[in-house]
Amino acid sequence: MYVAVKGGERAIRNAHRWLAEERRGDPDLPELDPAQLREQLALGCDRVMNEGSLYDPDLAALALKQARGDTVEAAFLLRAFRTTLPRLLSSVPVETAGMRVTRRVSATFKDIPGGQILGPTFDYTHRLLDETLGGTDAEIAPAAVAEQPVDPVVPRVLDILDADGMIQPEPAAAEGEPTDLTREPLLFPVGRDAWLQNLARGDEGFVFALGYSTQRGFGSTHPFVGELRVGTVDLVVEPEELGFPIVIGEVELTECEMVNQFLGSKTEPPQFTRGYGLVFGHQERKAMGMALVDRALRNAADGQEQRGPAMDQEFVLYHSDNVQASGFVEHLKLPHYVDFQGELETIRRMREAAAREEGGE
Amino acid sequence: MSAHDLPLLEVRDLAKSYGGLQALKPTGFELWPGEVLAIVGESGSGKTTLLSCLAGHVPADGGSVRFRLREGTGVDLLQMAEAERRLLARTEFGFVHQNPRDGLRLNISAGGNIGERLMAAGWRHFGRIRGEALAWLDRVEIDRSRIDDLPRGFSGGMQQRLQIARNLVTRPRLVLMDEPTGGLDVSVQARLLDLLRRLVAELDLAVVIVTHDLAVARLLSHRMLVMRQGQVVEQGLTDRVLDDPQHPYSQLLVSSILAA
Amino acid sequence: MSGAYNFAYLDEQTKRMLRRALLKAVAIPGYQVPFASRDMPLPYGWGTGGIQVTAAVLGQDDVLKVIDQGADDTTNAVSIRAFFRKTAGVATTERTAEATVIQTRHRIPERPLHAGQILVFQVPIPEPLRFLEPRERETRRMHGLADYGAMHVKLYEDVARMGRITTSFAYPVKVAGRYVMDPSPIPKFDNPKLHDCPALQLFGAGREKRVYAIPPHTTVESLDFEDHPFEVQRWDRPCGLCGSTDSYLDEVVTDDQGGRLFCCSDTDFCRERRDRMDEGR
Repeated sequence: MYVAVKGGERAIRNAHRWLAEERRGDPDLPELDPAQLREQLALGCDRVMNEGSLYDPDLAALALKQARGDTVEAAFLLRAFRTTLPRLLSSVPVETAGMRVTRRVSATFKDIPGGQILGPTFDYTHRLLDETLGGTDAEIAPAAVAEQPVDPVVPRVLDILDADGMIQPEPAAAEGEPTDLTREPLLFPVGRDAWLQNLARGDEGFVFALGYSTQRGFGSTHPFVGELRVGTVDLVVEPEELGFPIVIGEVELTECEMVNQFLGSKTEPPQFTRGYGLVFGHQERKAMGMALVDRALRNAADGQEQRGPAMDQEFVLYHSDNVQASGFVEHLKLPHYVDFQGELETIRRMREAAAREEGGE
Repeated sequence: MSAHDLPLLEVRDLAKSYGGLQALKPTGFELWPGEVLAIVGESGSGKTTLLSCLAGHVPADGGSVRFRLREGTGVDLLQMAEAERRLLARTEFGFVHQNPRDGLRLNISAGGNIGERLMAAGWRHFGRIRGEALAWLDRVEIDRSRIDDLPRGFSGGMQQRLQIARNLVTRPRLVLMDEPTGGLDVSVQARLLDLLRRLVAELDLAVVIVTHDLAVARLLSHRMLVMRQGQVVEQGLTDRVLDDPQHPYSQLLVSSILAA
Repeated sequence: MSGAYNFAYLDEQTKRMLRRALLKAVAIPGYQVPFASRDMPLPYGWGTGGIQVTAAVLGQDDVLKVIDQGADDTTNAVSIRAFFRKTAGVATTERTAEATVIQTRHRIPERPLHAGQILVFQVPIPEPLRFLEPRERETRRMHGLADYGAMHVKLYEDVARMGRITTSFAYPVKVAGRYVMDPSPIPKFDNPKLHDCPALQLFGAGREKRVYAIPPHTTVESLDFEDHPFEVQRWDRPCGLCGSTDSYLDEVVTDDQGGRLFCCSDTDFCRERRDRMDEGR
C-alpha cells in the first residue's frame, strides 16, 4: 500500500545533523572561532547587525558562523533572538558630532574643520588579489600614527551649511518615543522615523540599488556627499529614577549626509536639501544608499511627482526587508499540492468541456 | 416636471489654493437638469481645478456644491462622508478623463470595463451584465466582437468611446468631462462630438465640460463660463458669448479662434 | 536554550497585544486588523502569523493539532508542532476531534468542527484585493467604503474568457454581509465549511502584519454570479485508501507510466475511516 511521501520528524532531524556536518566542513582544518569572524570578517558582521537590527558583534559573528556565511540567514537568527529581549529603556539620541572618527570625508568642500580623514578604506586600493593573504600570519606593515590626534569634536559639514541658511534645516525631533516598526504595525503613510528605521534594517543590496536608481533618473536626487563619517559614539541613557544621563557603552556607526538639489520658489529662497543615512558598524554603501532613498521618499512626501520606485513608500518599505522577503520567496518550497490539485482539477474540467464542444461540432 | 424646475447642481464660493497660489477664486454657478455647461479658458485659468473640486479629486478649500438627489433633496458634496460621496459617484456621476487610459482599466476586457459600475451597484447576473455591455458597445459604435478584447489594443477614439460607455452604463444624471476630445485627430474628434451630442440628448444628461476648444463648446454646450486667472470673467448662453463677447478677454479668445 | 523562553515563546506583553487585535477581529468579522508582528524563529511565509495567533490563544490545558495540506506529517506541520511542544509543552494530537486548537495551512479538516474549538489559519497574502490594487492605502479605503465592484470584475473576466470562474483556491468570500475576505489559500472545496461554523476561525498573516476572524456561526458567502454559481471541486473516483467520495483528494504520482493514486488529503479523516472499516470487518 502507498505510504504518503511526507517528511517525518526523523527526516527533519537527520537533515539538520547533516547540515551541522556541512557547516563544520573538512574536520582536518581548524574550526573557526566566532572571535576570528568578528575581527577578520568585521564588515560581514556589521551587515548582519544592521539587517538583524541588533548591535552585538559577538552574536553577529556567532550567527554568521552558524549560518555558514549566509548573511541573510545570520540576520534572521539575530532577529529571532532580538524578539525575545526585554525593552528596558531607550537611549538618548546619539551625538555624531562627538563621534570618535576613524574616517571622515566630504565631497562638497576641499577642506573642512577637523580635516578630511581617509581612514581604513578600500577607496583607492587597486583591486588586485593579494596572494600574501593566501597563507597565515602574513606580515603587515603598521600604518603610521598621525602626529596630532583627531579633534574630540568634529563639526558636521551640514551644520556649517545650516548656519548659513544654505540648507533646509532638519525639523526638530518629535516629542516622545520614535516609531518602532518591530513593535507597531506598519500603516501608510508612515513618517520619516519609520522609513529611516526600515531602511537601516533593510537589505543592503535592495537599499543600495534603489539609491542607485535615483541617480539614473528613476526619481532624481542630484546628490553630493556632504559628509560621510565612521567612528564610535557613546551610548547614553537617562533612566527616570536616576535623573541624569550615564554612558553605558559605545557603538560604531557610519553616518552619511547627502546634499541634494536645491528647491525654492518666489516666496522661499533657494536652499539645498538633505538625505540622511545612519547604520551600525562600517557600512558605507548602506549608509549612502539609505541617504539617497531618504531624500527620494522626502521628495515624494513633499508632493513632488513620483518618478521611480525609490519615491514610492509602499514599494520601498514593503520590499526592503530581506528576512521577510526570503521567508516569503522560499516558502514556495513548502508543499502546495492541495492548491495545485485544485488547479489541475479546474484545467482538466475546462479541457474536457473544450473536447466535448469540439466533438459535438 | 418639478425636478426640471430646480437646479441639479448649485455651486457657491468654491475656492482652491495650492501653496500661495490661488488656483480657483471663489466661484459659483448653477447647472440645470439636461443642461450642458462648457468651461473654457487657457491652461492655468483654473478650469481644471474647478472640475477636480467638483469631482472630489482634490479637496476644495471652501464653498459648497449642492447636488439634488433623485428624490428632490439637496446634499452638499463637500460636506458628505467619503463613503456616501463615492456611492453617489458610482451611480449618479460620471467622469470622462482627457486621457482614456486614466479612466479605463487597460488590463480588463471592454465588457469588464463597462460592467464594473453595474457590478459595483449590485448586479450579480453575468448574462445580464454582458447583455448590457453589448448594448453599450452598440451605442458607442464599437463592434460587438471586441467585447472580450483589452482596450490596450483599441485606437484612441475607441478607447474614449469605451470610457464614455463605462461612465454612462449606470445612467448617471451628471457627467463631468475634462477635454474629452483633447488627444484625438480632427476627424475622430468630429465623430466623438457627434456621439456625445446624441447621447446627451437621449439620456437627458447634465454635463460640465472643460475645454480649451471653443468649437467643442459651440457644438455641445448650451451655456458657457469663460475663466481667466482663477475666476469667471463672463458667462452666458453659448451662442451669445461666442457671437457677442462682452469681456475683453472673451473677445480676445473668440477673435484668436476666428483668426486661426 | 528553550528554558530561556516564555510559555509558547512570545512574552506576555506581546500576547496581550495579539489578543487585543484578535478581539477586535472577532468584533468586526472579516476585517483585517493590523498588529505588530514579531520576528519569529521560523521564516516569514512559513506560518509566522498562524504561530503568533496560536501562541496568543494557547493555554496549558490545550490540545494542539497542526496540519499542512491536510496532513499532520508534512514537514512544516511537524516543525511547527515540535516548536510548540518545545516552547509550550502542550499536549499534541493528530485527531481532529480531540484538538482544542488546530493550526492549519491550506485545508479545513473534513470532520465537522465543534463549538469550543479554534481553527488557526496561516495566511500569506491577507488582502483579497491585492492583485487588483497593489497599494495598501487604496485597498484599505476600498474595504472601508465597501467598494467591491472590482472584485466582481475579476470574476467577470474569468467567465468571459474561460466560460467559468477559474479561481480554485484562496477563493474570495464575503463575511457577515460586509467585508470581502481572503480565506487563505484553502481550496474552494473548503469554502462551504467556513459558513456557520461552530468553531472560532482565526487568521494570522505575520509578514503582512494582519489578523482577522470569523466568529462561530457567521454567514460566509463565496462570491459568484447568479447564472454562474459557486461550485466546489469534485473527483470522478473515491479515495483509493478509504473509499471516501466526499473528501478532498490528493493526486499521488505512483510511477512514470501515468499511474496515479487519489487519496484523502486529510490524513486523520482517512485513517479514522480505515480504522472503522477494520473494526467492522
